[in-house]
Amino acid sequence: MQMDNMVPSIPKRIGAIKFGLISPREVRKMSVTSIITADTYDDDGYPIDMGLMDLRLGVIDPGLKCKSCGSRAGECPGHFGHIELVAPVIHVGFNKILRKILRSVCCKCSSLLLEEGKKRDFLEQLSRQKDMGHLPDDVINNVFKEARKSKTCPYCNEEQLDIKFEKPSEYIENGHKLTPTEIRDRFENISDDDIRVMGMNPDTARPEWMILTVLPVPPVTVRPSITLESGQRSEDDLTHKLVDIIRINQRFQENRDAGAPQLIIEDLWELLQYHLTTYFDNEVSGVPPARHRSGRPLKTLTQRLKGKEGRFRGSLSGKRVNFSARTVVSPDPNLSINEVGVPLSIAQHMTIPVRVISKNLDLMREYVRRGREVHPGANYVIRDDERRIKVTDINKEELLEKLEPGWTIERQMQDGDIVLFNRQPSLHKMSIMAHRVKVLPNKTFKLNPAVCPPYNADFDGDEMNMHVLQTEESRAEASILMQVQENILSPRFGGPIIGGIHDHISGLFLLTRNQKFISKNDALELLRKSELRVLPEPAGHLEDGEPYWDGKQIFSQILPKGLYVEFPAQVCFKCDTCKKGDCEYDAYVVIEDGELIKGTIDEQAIGAFKGRVLDKVVKEFGTTAGAQFVDDFTRLAIRGVMHTGLSFGISDEDIPLEAKEGIAIRLQDAEKEVAELVQAYENKELEALPGRTLDETIEMRIMQTLGKARDDTGGMADQSLGLENSAVIMARSGARGSILNLTQMAACVGQQAVRGERIRRGYAGRTLPHFDKGDLGADAHGFVKASYKSGLNPTEYFFHAIGGREGLVDTAVRTSQSGYLQRRLVNALQDLEVQYDGSVRETRGVIVQFKYGEDGIDSTKSDYSKPEAIHRVVRSVTGKEVA
Amino acid sequence: MSISEATIDSMISGLPLPKTTLATLRKDVVDVGVTKKEMEVIIERVMADYEYACVEPCEAVGVVSAQSIGEPGTQMTMRTFHYAGVAEINVTLGLPRLIEIVDARKTPSTPMMTVALVKEYAADREFARKVAWEIEATHIEHLADVTTDLANMNLILDLNEKILLQRGIGVEAIAEKLEAGLGVKVKIPSEVANQIIVIPKEPLYRDLLQLAKNIHGITLKGIEGIKRVVIRKDGEEYTLYTEGSMLKEILEVEGIDLSRTSTNNIGEIYEVFGIEAARFAIIKEASDTLREQGLTVDIRHLMLVSDIMTCDGEVKQIGRHGISGEKASVFARAAFEVTVNHLLDAGMRGDIDELNGVTENIIVGQPIKLGTGDVHLVARNPLKDL
Repeated sequence: MQMDNMVPSIPKRIGAIKFGLISPREVRKMSVTSIITADTYDDDGYPIDMGLMDLRLGVIDPGLKCKSCGSRAGECPGHFGHIELVAPVIHVGFNKILRKILRSVCCKCSSLLLEEGKKRDFLEQLSRQKDMGHLPDDVINNVFKEARKSKTCPYCNEEQLDIKFEKPSEYIENGHKLTPTEIRDRFENISDDDIRVMGMNPDTARPEWMILTVLPVPPVTVRPSITLESGQRSEDDLTHKLVDIIRINQRFQENRDAGAPQLIIEDLWELLQYHLTTYFDNEVSGVPPARHRSGRPLKTLTQRLKGKEGRFRGSLSGKRVNFSARTVVSPDPNLSINEVGVPLSIAQHMTIPVRVISKNLDLMREYVRRGREVHPGANYVIRDDERRIKVTDINKEELLEKLEPGWTIERQMQDGDIVLFNRQPSLHKMSIMAHRVKVLPNKTFKLNPAVCPPYNADFDGDEMNMHVLQTEESRAEASILMQVQENILSPRFGGPIIGGIHDHISGLFLLTRNQKFISKNDALELLRKSELRVLPEPAGHLEDGEPYWDGKQIFSQILPKGLYVEFPAQVCFKCDTCKKGDCEYDAYVVIEDGELIKGTIDEQAIGAFKGRVLDKVVKEFGTTAGAQFVDDFTRLAIRGVMHTGLSFGISDEDIPLEAKEGIAIRLQDAEKEVAELVQAYENKELEALPGRTLDETIEMRIMQTLGKARDDTGGMADQSLGLENSAVIMARSGARGSILNLTQMAACVGQQAVRGERIRRGYAGRTLPHFDKGDLGADAHGFVKASYKSGLNPTEYFFHAIGGREGLVDTAVRTSQSGYLQRRLVNALQDLEVQYDGSVRETRGVIVQFKYGEDGIDSTKSDYSKPEAIHRVVRSVTGKEVA
Repeated sequence: MSISEATIDSMISGLPLPKTTLATLRKDVVDVGVTKKEMEVIIERVMADYEYACVEPCEAVGVVSAQSIGEPGTQMTMRTFHYAGVAEINVTLGLPRLIEIVDARKTPSTPMMTVALVKEYAADREFARKVAWEIEATHIEHLADVTTDLANMNLILDLNEKILLQRGIGVEAIAEKLEAGLGVKVKIPSEVANQIIVIPKEPLYRDLLQLAKNIHGITLKGIEGIKRVVIRKDGEEYTLYTEGSMLKEILEVEGIDLSRTSTNNIGEIYEVFGIEAARFAIIKEASDTLREQGLTVDIRHLMLVSDIMTCDGEVKQIGRHGISGEKASVFARAAFEVTVNHLLDAGMRGDIDELNGVTENIIVGQPIKLGTGDVHLVARNPLKDL
């Protein structure tokens, strides 16, 4: 092998792309043939010469060869043809600018209706705009505005007539309709200098080129026809449109040659204009869209480019990719957060290319020997001449023999490979993270539940995507920048976005709460999955001499040594004066040197978004320690929760009879209060709140009263359920649910609201026929006295449904609105980058910030620049306490 | 053995640290008292910490910021009507407000001002009330009953004396305003107290009706556009909250503390105080909106958005009519919105796309010049040196 082939050639980079209009000359020059017949295929199914499917335009049928370049279908990029239009026709897209030019150009001598001095002035402005990197739109508009003002030509003194534009493409000058030919003649005489003043470049775009005399015919590869199952051919929409154009063009030609009356000629001209208009854009206002035989509007050029599924957004900015897999996700707390469980069947299909070198030859042989059926095998072999060969039982032996350095094999994915994992909608960078593969049985992707928050995933049937990286560079980049552990801290708020949820929190809460007497067996069982093999000194001995350990002690085993934190826990009652370490509810967490001294571990300690301990571990001990900590606490928490057990059923909402009565009384009181308010309102004794009408005041007062009543009943229910109730444990520790949820289940659902107000819609003067007209009482306007457990009565149920509907509508509207907001933000900001000098600049060099965020600090590391960090440094150096 | 403040100053001056950090550092070491050796160690460690905390060059901070603001958008409420501090005034909050800020609308859907009073009178309720009447736009319906007298073809305004006194406006002043505003004759009859008669130019029924309608549009006192003023006690001080925003006019009212008076109308701030103030207003409004929803977003992200909106010297929208529509690249604009128009314009002008941005390079299938794509490695060919 030669040296040249060893070093891969550097791929060419496109430096810039220049836009322009195609001149008729250019169209003819690049055309391989003129198209004159409207037919496509002859009776044998062979393309007709000089037809729309001419073989010189490229080939799409396998087996045929392109007559222009000689290559087969798939290799031939296609070649343009052209149609000679009998008469010039306006290009719809340029109507706006045509109108402007037409109005600012002399109708006789075609010079721009501006004094020389002004022209020079505008030219200067244009070049200045260009130097500044601004778009010239404003200046160009001014040129046209100025030019339009002059009533007579400053060069030939010809009086300028007003030109009216009529949709879709008619220009009327003084009652006379200008034909495209006339317009074209005027434009042809505009001097190059004037064109420059109008912001155009005469070399790449002359105004007359906006009026077509010859139409380029796109290659067949652009408009492939499909063969239906019945053997019938179905042509592309563009081909249909082109057929129309050729037909009319022909008829026009014949009629004109035959000397048909002017009226017919004009009609045909208009028809030709219509077909060309719809060929370019089938959604022009004022033009009926061209339709398919079935009545479906044709998808012509503009429609192909436009919109979400258009060429730009659908095929160029975003693409479908190979080497990806998608399936349902399910949880597996025994995996590390950096791992993802991949089903064997997927792993067998996903491949990674490996270059065969002398050092791995044996290993590669082994892969090929295993083939595609035995798991870590190889699916394809790529020879040094770049031919891909599928590994089968038949050719396996042969390939094994031939395999040599220089070949590439596509081996199956195996444990430890790096893949990208993603869940849509990808709203932030943590929606795509790199995981290490763990091939597992079954058919779903498995992930550690602690990584659910960044993906916003749950396991109610969510599907996720996996992408296998194909190059060494991408794998390196992914594992350094995108791996899960590198993304524990979210740049949004600089705190952990990965962390404990649900059972992690309740598990550790149950484990660390109160004094526990954990036997040796249990302690070992709890820590079984952690890397630890040595138990600490027992906390004490039971009466029978058996040693026991405390839950806090067990938890401390997974904390890194040297960790110091103090903070109030989630369960904190927010007392007026915090007793800190002496908190009687054990709600103040104190960790010293990696030892949990006081407090209960809950959402504030390890939860996603909030976890203070987790935050500290990641920031002080690094991401690897952070990942280890998350892994450890998920395993510990799962075992912890299994140790105690945590279940929740309908009987957990049972409240004693006294409490029920208390709630009923409280609700009765509230109703009485409301009745009093209504009474006062009706007697006009109620005083309006400042700036509110009386009606608004009574509504607000009633809402307040009822809201308070609901909260009070909730408090009563909460009290009677006690702290050992599963739902209370979950709500208090922050694992799941809230006291409000509990209130609604056990005590009282409360007021149903629409747009923040009590329900008022329905029949005239009342919400439902069950109530009197004008009834302002609580239950007539959607106050639900019942609890979910006791069951709602029919009217309550109906009001509840009304309130629920609003929530659904809200979510639907919000997702679309925030999606668009996000798209706009990303589009506006995507080109910004921090430079080596700390400034933030756009790609064209515009400085947006001189120093990122005014201090140049990364939000995930901002703790290091906070005053506390300085205090700590000073403290540790001087050994003196800093205020 | 601790060193003097002057020495400390000279040691820390010129350090490339943010001002707040420097200030904390200075205060700490001055308070504690350090030796020169200790000071050197401290500076070294603080510098090391700072360098560690800095953003890495080539980081795509723009996208990170955009995502950091966009992602919480999905968690925000849509409820427009909510209260911000003052229960009496409705203010747009949540996602609609965020969209409004980013859209750089000329006027927000619920303009509102917070007017602080001069410190010495701030605790005076009467003074606050007086200023409030000074600001609030007073219309005729606040002061009088309007009767259309068809017999004499005129409007009779029966003014409420108590309210006149309360609002501090006289009969003559009202008459003058009406005369100037409507361009009609206004008479103050001597026989009845507190009455004004408005006579239309022509004794036409239509004119009279029109007049009866137009008379409600005349601002008799206060600032037009300020529909309501609410006085609230915040701590010791009284603060005025207004529905409707007229910053320029409010600044001329006496008794108002200019430095603590603000509006939620960013466009107005830009016109009155200029671009820097507008930049700050965007940051403040956005962060207030997010905070109210209980979402934490680092201020740096909001700063970046605010900066790109204002870096040209005017407040530009995030979207088609602003930043995205003014991008240098044809492809970037075409891929965002109004695809075809951008392509046609580019063809007409003969634009050149230099392929510097992200979208353009994705479209042509090249690595983007951002992050790891912006790093170039130059390797010396070892074979050549041999």
